[in-house]
Amino acid sequence: MSIVKDTTRAIRMTLILWVLSAIIYPLVIVVVGQVFFPFQANGSVIQSPQGQPLGSALIGQAFTSERYFISRPSVVEYSIGKDAAPTGISGASNLAPSNPKLIKRIQAEVDQFQKKDISLTNDLVYTSGSGLDPHISVATANAQVEKVARARTLSPDQIRSLIAENTDDRFLGIFGEPGVNVFKLNLALDTLKSSS
Amino acid sequence: MFQGFIQIALTLLIVIAIAPILGKYIARVFLGERTLIEPVMIPLERIIYSLGGIRAKDDMTGWQYAQALLYTNFVMGVFVYLLLMLQGILPLNPTNLIAPSWHLGLHTTLSFLTNTDQQHYSGETTISYLSQIAGLSFLMFTSAATGLAVGIAFIRGLTGRPLGNFYVDLTRSITRILLPISIIGALLLLILGVPQTFAAPAVVTTLEGVTQYIARGPVAAFEMIKQLGENGGGFFGINAAHPFENPNSATNLIETLAMISIPAALIHTYGIFANNTKQAWLLFWMVFTIFVILVSVTAIGEYQGNPLVSSILGAEQPNLEGKEVRFGWAETAFWAVATTATMCGAVNGMHDSLMPTGGFSTLLNLFLQIVWGGQGTGTAYLFIYLILTVFLTGLMVGRTPEFLGRKIEKREIVLASVVLLVHPIVVLIPSAVTLAFPNTLSGISNPGFHGISQVVYEYASAGANNGSGFEGLGDNTLWWNLSTCLSLLGGRYIPIIAILLLADSMAHKQPVPETAGTLRTDSLLFTGVTAGVILILGVLTFFPVIALGPIAEAFKIANGQ
Repeated sequence: MSIVKDTTRAIRMTLILWVLSAIIYPLVIVVVGQVFFPFQANGSVIQSPQGQPLGSALIGQAFTSERYFISRPSVVEYSIGKDAAPTGISGASNLAPSNPKLIKRIQAEVDQFQKKDISLTNDLVYTSGSGLDPHISVATANAQVEKVARARTLSPDQIRSLIAENTDDRFLGIFGEPGVNVFKLNLALDTLKSSS
Repeated sequence: MFQGFIQIALTLLIVIAIAPILGKYIARVFLGERTLIEPVMIPLERIIYSLGGIRAKDDMTGWQYAQALLYTNFVMGVFVYLLLMLQGILPLNPTNLIAPSWHLGLHTTLSFLTNTDQQHYSGETTISYLSQIAGLSFLMFTSAATGLAVGIAFIRGLTGRPLGNFYVDLTRSITRILLPISIIGALLLLILGVPQTFAAPAVVTTLEGVTQYIARGPVAAFEMIKQLGENGGGFFGINAAHPFENPNSATNLIETLAMISIPAALIHTYGIFANNTKQAWLLFWMVFTIFVILVSVTAIGEYQGNPLVSSILGAEQPNLEGKEVRFGWAETAFWAVATTATMCGAVNGMHDSLMPTGGFSTLLNLFLQIVWGGQGTGTAYLFIYLILTVFLTGLMVGRTPEFLGRKIEKREIVLASVVLLVHPIVVLIPSAVTLAFPNTLSGISNPGFHGISQVVYEYASAGANNGSGFEGLGDNTLWWNLSTCLSLLGGRYIPIIAILLLADSMAHKQPVPETAGTLRTDSLLFTGVTAGVILILGVLTFFPVIALGPIAEAFKIANGQ
């Protein structure tokens, strides 16, 4: 008798708390988000003037061309191509500092960057946590200025001012590290070209 | 380097400032005193109680409290397991995800039910939007509220009050604490860039003309309760390192504070219940000191970086493997220690790739379980250590051990020992079994000493109900899913039952008047002895695995191998 009573009470409480915390709570946030902050709520997607989605302001992209600043290495290739379809993916190397694979990989990256004459910074040889890191450090961006300037026949100063515009600073000047948003920076470079 | 430590120090200052305020608020909620949101919440709670058939005035005994808790948790577990297994035919599943395997579903359900949120899957490729919000996020509320209720019942028992009513404590934890803070926090996260949508993943053509799939979903609401409730299960596979869970250093600060605030506040809540704020502050500073030491050790290790890599780069640079630029070494190191200390288990950088000093600190947190500790239960563990210290010092000086004017006798010591012994049993025994079959069972991905850490970490994280992991481990296997289930359940429900029975027996003791011969527990000396007992018991039990894991790895790296 008491087991039946206890179980019914447990079932009733489960259902009530479910409605409150699993239905009402997320729906309220969805409604507020979609009505008042639709840009953020839908993933900060940036569109071209023609309305084509180009990427998210918060998610990094892979760049290989000389004309673009390159992003950090990613073990999921920035969620592109068949492997990422249809859900999108994220991931890290999870290599331990003592793992010989890590050292071998970094040595290979270093050799490559030295061939391209890009000076070495730690964020450029270490893979990111998410595999989608949108930022590179300011030093890493500055090290690529000459390369991009040559490829685009722009003045390095022009590019440096774009770097400054697309640098996300520390919160309140204190918390976190400043980072240059590579996607937004490269987008700004492309826009510069088409408007000139 | 200096800048990094300033960030850490300022975050700690905020914790010191908000903990007593929140602690006082929590005390008012559970003492039934007036609070600001009462006019809204009293009618809501009345509806909940009447629909649930609860009479709010019925106090429960320890055993009744535990029974009600187990019944409710069982029903919730069955409900969410069914939801997960049926997600393929349920709505809000834009990428047509099928049900997980039965053992992955079982592990996921138990993991979220026990406030652990250990994940053997990647959210974006496995769990539908409906399962995320109506299943996992639901358990995040109830498991956190369950832990909070146990913590409060324990404090009530220690201070000689009736334990209260489980259903009322469960409801109030949600309506007065978790839900209001989550709503405010989720809206802040949303404004700062965390998505909250039911739309399918965005498909974009990148600047270089390739197709990129951007996973999104109702993340903001999920993210806030995940942090606040010490749950820690990521919406995405890579947890709070994902730019949609934690897009900038402002959200990182909010999420860090959310995960530390309740466990830190509960120590002050005890102080108000016991009418002894001096003792609360002493305990607070004791835990704080251990916490700061572990944060410093970890942060210095990450800042100095990997000597093997430094020799390639030609300069000493911080270790950024598995870290995001926007957080850097300092915030990632701080988060790693905070998330294992509070049993949150969310990560904003990969623990597998931390330097051995980080592996040491995170493992030690999981072993001790009281450096802040889990939602509610961590504070209870802290007082279990206190009771044990009273007993030990009592033996040493030949006095009858008393705590808060109540005699500590055989029954209390037996229950306290059960609480403390369960943890090494559910961590070390399965670790030993798994390590005995390194090729078939272990799934180790990093060779050498680090591989041992990977296995022990997984069970320690399950047993401590933390949920973080050395995620290189290949853990979505029948063996890992089922064996960690035992650690999850054993590490959660056995201590909870023992804690509630202990609280009950303390509540019914005849208070002994304090005399000059009473051993005072609110002195600096006694708190120092308690810290010693915690470290000796915790470190002695687990020292062999710490020596074989991170310490050996540190020596190996220092030798340049």
